[in-house]
Amino acid sequence: MSSSGTGLSRLLLLGYGIAFFGFLYLPLAVIVLFSFDASSVSSFPLEGWTLHWYRELFSDGALLGALWNSLRVAVVATAGAVLLGTSGALGLDRCRFPGRGLLQRLVLMPIVLPGILTGVSFLTFFASLNWPLSLTTVTLCHVTFCVPIVLTQVLARLRRFDRRLEDAAMDLYANRLKTLLYVTLPSLRTSILGGALLAFTLSMDEIVVTLFVTGRDNTLPMQVWAMLRRGITPEVNAIATLVLVASSLLVALAAGRLRTDN
Amino acid sequence: MTDHAPLEHLRLQALWKSFGDVKAVRGIDLSVSRGEFLTLLGPSGCGKTTTLRMVAGFEPPTSGTILLHGKDITNEPPNSRPINTVFQHYALFPHLSVEENIAFGLRMRGVPATERQRQVTDALRAVALPGFERRHPRQLSGGQQQRVALARALVNRPEILLLDEPLGALDLKLRRQMQLELRALHREVGISFLYVTHDQEEALAMSDRVAVMNAGRIEQIGSPREIYEQPISRFVADFIGETNLLEGRVVRVDGTRVQVKLGPHILHALGEGCVTGTQVALSIRPERWTLTEGVRDADMNRFSGRVRESVYAGSVLRQVVELEGGITVVATRPGNLAGEPAGSAVTLTIIPSDVVVLPAGPPDPPA
Repeated sequence: MSSSGTGLSRLLLLGYGIAFFGFLYLPLAVIVLFSFDASSVSSFPLEGWTLHWYRELFSDGALLGALWNSLRVAVVATAGAVLLGTSGALGLDRCRFPGRGLLQRLVLMPIVLPGILTGVSFLTFFASLNWPLSLTTVTLCHVTFCVPIVLTQVLARLRRFDRRLEDAAMDLYANRLKTLLYVTLPSLRTSILGGALLAFTLSMDEIVVTLFVTGRDNTLPMQVWAMLRRGITPEVNAIATLVLVASSLLVALAAGRLRTDN
Repeated sequence: MTDHAPLEHLRLQALWKSFGDVKAVRGIDLSVSRGEFLTLLGPSGCGKTTTLRMVAGFEPPTSGTILLHGKDITNEPPNSRPINTVFQHYALFPHLSVEENIAFGLRMRGVPATERQRQVTDALRAVALPGFERRHPRQLSGGQQQRVALARALVNRPEILLLDEPLGALDLKLRRQMQLELRALHREVGISFLYVTHDQEEALAMSDRVAVMNAGRIEQIGSPREIYEQPISRFVADFIGETNLLEGRVVRVDGTRVQVKLGPHILHALGEGCVTGTQVALSIRPERWTLTEGVRDADMNRFSGRVRESVYAGSVLRQVVELEGGITVVATRPGNLAGEPAGSAVTLTIIPSDVVVLPAGPPDPPA
């Protein structure tokens, strides 16, 4: 039998492939389609093409406010994650200390733990400190699950980093700080950027943990969720389409950067 | 220990280095004169690279001192030593262009941009790579990367240039060419070179002096000729070039003339400090045998034997000859000679001064 199989098995495989990706992406395609539908009820057949829901979206103060909140949270959380994740990776790579292996696994906890657990524990933590819930608490929580993303990316890069480059820099009159700035960090920049893009995307989309620790200000996913409780409006389809496009772009960009580096 | 020769440049005193339980370097004493080309030669794991890394400042010695012009630099960090390194596999910065790589040291020391530019151009010309400024290391061949690494180190005008197996990654032909170029460059810049290699041919071809290292110590130090012709131990004789090592017993000493019993034979050799009755090792270079009757001389060693094998290796003809008493030796002759076929009876002769008398037994056991 040939490795490509018989005509029938190939046909079955093709059918399975179409079904699989259809299952994954058809709902998304439907949302994108409805976001341009003239009817205010999302149902087939489509009644005509319009950009009305996008105009509506950009005049919806609550939704735009939520988008702005999400962007602020994601930017600060990503910055915090890059700072902590990169320095953490450097520490784990360079220093030998008892419990290093354990720490390296523990640091992955926030992505492994169910969001609901993280959310509840943070809520309890902030409550016990009498810390009022706000975008600040949301940002802190986002940092916790963004750090391991950056850290694992940077650590993987550091494992392949040629330490002799640092010797060479020191040999050429660079002190430790200059060696870090001019040689080590430039070598890590693609993994830092890739990790940051992934972290940013995850923060923009996060809802479970945010649900527990948010104050009066909503993030975008929270706002969308609130709107959905009042029924699916085409406006939600429009914002979903925009988020989908932005997320795909960021993930594609991150994947591309990581590939060129690795 | 304290008498500083006027030309002494770098001095290593009782240098030790341990990594955990492993003693990588066990008491190195060495001095490099100004403008000298000195090579640390030894098998992998002999401590030569560790020694170099201590001079560069990458590894702190466990004990001992490193003096530059009599000034103790043992605890100076690498960036404040006027010493630069050409690394094994070059360690060029992959994210910087050739120009930026070479200018790195100047930039770190705050040399102004225009001056940097001028010196980089000069350095590229010195290594025969003008016009390569904008290239990146990955766009260069191994030989070109090698030249950039050299330029990157030399542009800083170091007091001493350290070279860690710099030609190891190049193919034989390019390696030979680079050996000559490195030697010429060394003469031109007048900087002391401390060179590390495991390639004995390279060490002999390039160095003013060679320090042969074994198990963390310097076994012998001297000119390439001394190292090759007067090895002081079995290890050196065996490691440098090819040799026949034979075990025998001293039967007669007359000044520097020594007679050694080797199976049924008595061999005349020249040696110092030999004691009658002691076991010794004899080192005879394969190319020093003569397969002719030679001059009739009472001292000439003459053996009859039978050719076991004749191997043509291009430039030389390598013949394995079994002497009477079951002693097998290798003799080489110029490759253009036809040589006797296997099984032929031959006479091997060797003059006493080509027989080097060495202490018997294996090289110094590890302490």
